[in-house]
Amino acid sequence: MASLTGYAIVSMILFSLGTIGVVSRRNIFVIYMSIELMLNGINLFLVTFARYHFNMDGQILSVMVIAIAAAEAAIFLSVIILLFRTKKSLDTDVFTELKEEVE
Amino acid sequence: MQTPYLIWIILIPLLGALINTGFYFYHLKFKKIPEKLFAIVGTVTPFIAFLFTLSLFLKLLDGGENFEQTLFQWLDVGQLSIEMKFLGDKLSIFMSMFVTFVGWLIHIYAVGYMKGDDGFGKFFAYFNLFLASMLILVLADNPVILFIGWEGVGVCSYLLISFNYTDGDNVMAGNKAFIVNRVGDLGFILGVVTLFFALDQVGLSFSVMEANINVASNELLMLSGFLLFVGAMGKSAQVPLYVWLPDAMAGPTPISALIHAATMVTAGVYMVARFHFLYASVEEIGLYIAYTGAISALFAAVIATKQTDIKKILAYSTMSQLGYMFIAVGLGFYSSGLFHVFTHAFFKAMLFMGAGGAILALHHQQNIFKMAAHRKRLPIIKATFFVGVIAIAGIPPLSGFFSKDAILAAAFQQDQYLIWGIGMFTAFLTAFYMFRLYYVVFEAPSKEEESYVYTDKTITFPLMVLAIGAIFAGFLNFPAIFGGSAFVDSWLAELNSIKLHMSHATEYALMAASIIVAVAGWMLARKKYLNYDVSKPETEDGLVGNKFYIDEIYDVLFVKSIKKLSNFFVDVVDDKIIDGFLMGTARGFVSIGKKLAVIQNANVRYYAFYMLAGISLISFYVYITLIGQ
Repeated sequence: MASLTGYAIVSMILFSLGTIGVVSRRNIFVIYMSIELMLNGINLFLVTFARYHFNMDGQILSVMVIAIAAAEAAIFLSVIILLFRTKKSLDTDVFTELKEEVE
Repeated sequence: MQTPYLIWIILIPLLGALINTGFYFYHLKFKKIPEKLFAIVGTVTPFIAFLFTLSLFLKLLDGGENFEQTLFQWLDVGQLSIEMKFLGDKLSIFMSMFVTFVGWLIHIYAVGYMKGDDGFGKFFAYFNLFLASMLILVLADNPVILFIGWEGVGVCSYLLISFNYTDGDNVMAGNKAFIVNRVGDLGFILGVVTLFFALDQVGLSFSVMEANINVASNELLMLSGFLLFVGAMGKSAQVPLYVWLPDAMAGPTPISALIHAATMVTAGVYMVARFHFLYASVEEIGLYIAYTGAISALFAAVIATKQTDIKKILAYSTMSQLGYMFIAVGLGFYSSGLFHVFTHAFFKAMLFMGAGGAILALHHQQNIFKMAAHRKRLPIIKATFFVGVIAIAGIPPLSGFFSKDAILAAAFQQDQYLIWGIGMFTAFLTAFYMFRLYYVVFEAPSKEEESYVYTDKTITFPLMVLAIGAIFAGFLNFPAIFGGSAFVDSWLAELNSIKLHMSHATEYALMAASIIVAVAGWMLARKKYLNYDVSKPETEDGLVGNKFYIDEIYDVLFVKSIKKLSNFFVDVVDDKIIDGFLMGTARGFVSIGKKLAVIQNANVRYYAFYMLAGISLISFYVYITLIGQ
């Protein structure tokens, strides 16, 4: 069995990759996938510690996260479709309607 | 004795003012109303007020008690309780007698004078309001009610002086009168407040204050006496607050007559007489008043000798005569002072109305030399004007002689020889400049002196009535030395005036002296001006002609310096400091907001980054504070 540290480092790497993806990528799909990556990184953390402590709470929580992520996916995908329909683009920099005009 | 009639003396002219105002609005908005209607309302109401006063006067003459009328409780705050109450004692009935009578005659005169003016109705509304204000002032039972009338005459004088408001100069003159009077009013109201507290807040009714005058300390009484006199200086045009009076000549002539004879300027003298119980206990202030009066009398008379505007000469002569009145009341001779107010009302109203008639006949020419050059024959005006000139010059047996002589004798008796000397010299100057005016306007040879001008009856009737008054009013206070009864002195006995008591020889000598002085002034003017060549008019030049540059000095001293101060406040204090601070704060917030607005760039990735950074910082903080310990 690999060490706890290994699992922790892997989940951290997953989360960080997701974070960097959200912040740096412009494509809405990629951002969405990065969010999923972050969620799964956290899931891995939860499952790892649940196993380590022999406490099922973490696993329950991770199942909850997976369920919510599924629901979120449904909404997120439909929002992406709507966004694409309005501007014919998936580039986040195109959607700047709420920008404060500074003279 | 309570009476329901006292208030009607005030209410009827007030009602006249209201009716005329209503008519005038109707006249402006809907249908033209003939002048006759305004004139009837305007002239009948003062006459009814006069009849009311007359009936009360006759009752008092019969030995009745003083009248009073309490209408309602006006203010009741703590110790301060002010009743809307009017007092008809011998002083106020005496005063309102000639205020209503002379006022009525001036109203009649105004009908003829203002004929054809666009603001005819408005004029009479103001006129009636002026009279009502003056009557409030006269009949008030306490200084606060008196102050209502005091301010009322101030407002009306402002409205009437700038009656021809299309001319900027008239508006300026009205403003000047109003603002200079405000200075005096401040003094008056401070004086009343000081007096109220000096008397342990016993109340403000004149009778109550008189009964408790011993409560107050001498210093406070002096202070309040002085402050009240500042008010009188403003209203009665004494040095140094006289500057508005000559400029007030900008109004139509009936206003000048009303201001100078019946209302407004006599208010100061009346007020000092009203507070006789106060001034009797502070002789220093009384002496100060007397000196102010003497200086004003001399000063105005000197200026009047050089003026060329007929109305301004009369204005300065009023100021000079008011100076005499203040000499009398300042020295404690209240009845003599009021007697001079009384006689002055007759001859000054007449002089102004005569001058107005002449001005009207000569198409509003006011320069006496030009009036002479285009003279027209005005026999009635000339005759009545002559009576007025003799009366004001103090030549017996006309009214001015008796009243002025009593004042000069009073100054002599009180050992105020300086005041007496100034008074005598002023009497000389008075005779000189009045006869100068008369000879230049009516007698000096002129090429054009043929066409006879018909003068309206409404103008000549009041003139003739007043001429009779000016001739005979003096006999009301016929001195005891000639076997007279000194009616005015005994009527106003409750003022506790100081009595004249001197040997008959001295009294005759003083009378002879004042007659000689007056005749000397007359003869000098006659010599110089009877055959004066009116084609070479005198000009107002030199120190005297320029009125000692007092207006200019005031302009530099007060107007310009206050303007500078306001400019300083506008440019530096307001713009730079206050606005700088307030606007700087606001601008600071705006600029910070603009800088912060840059981060709200609608870029989702940045938002995610801010969120991340925020969460990281919070986590870091939580780690340090909770877990790191």
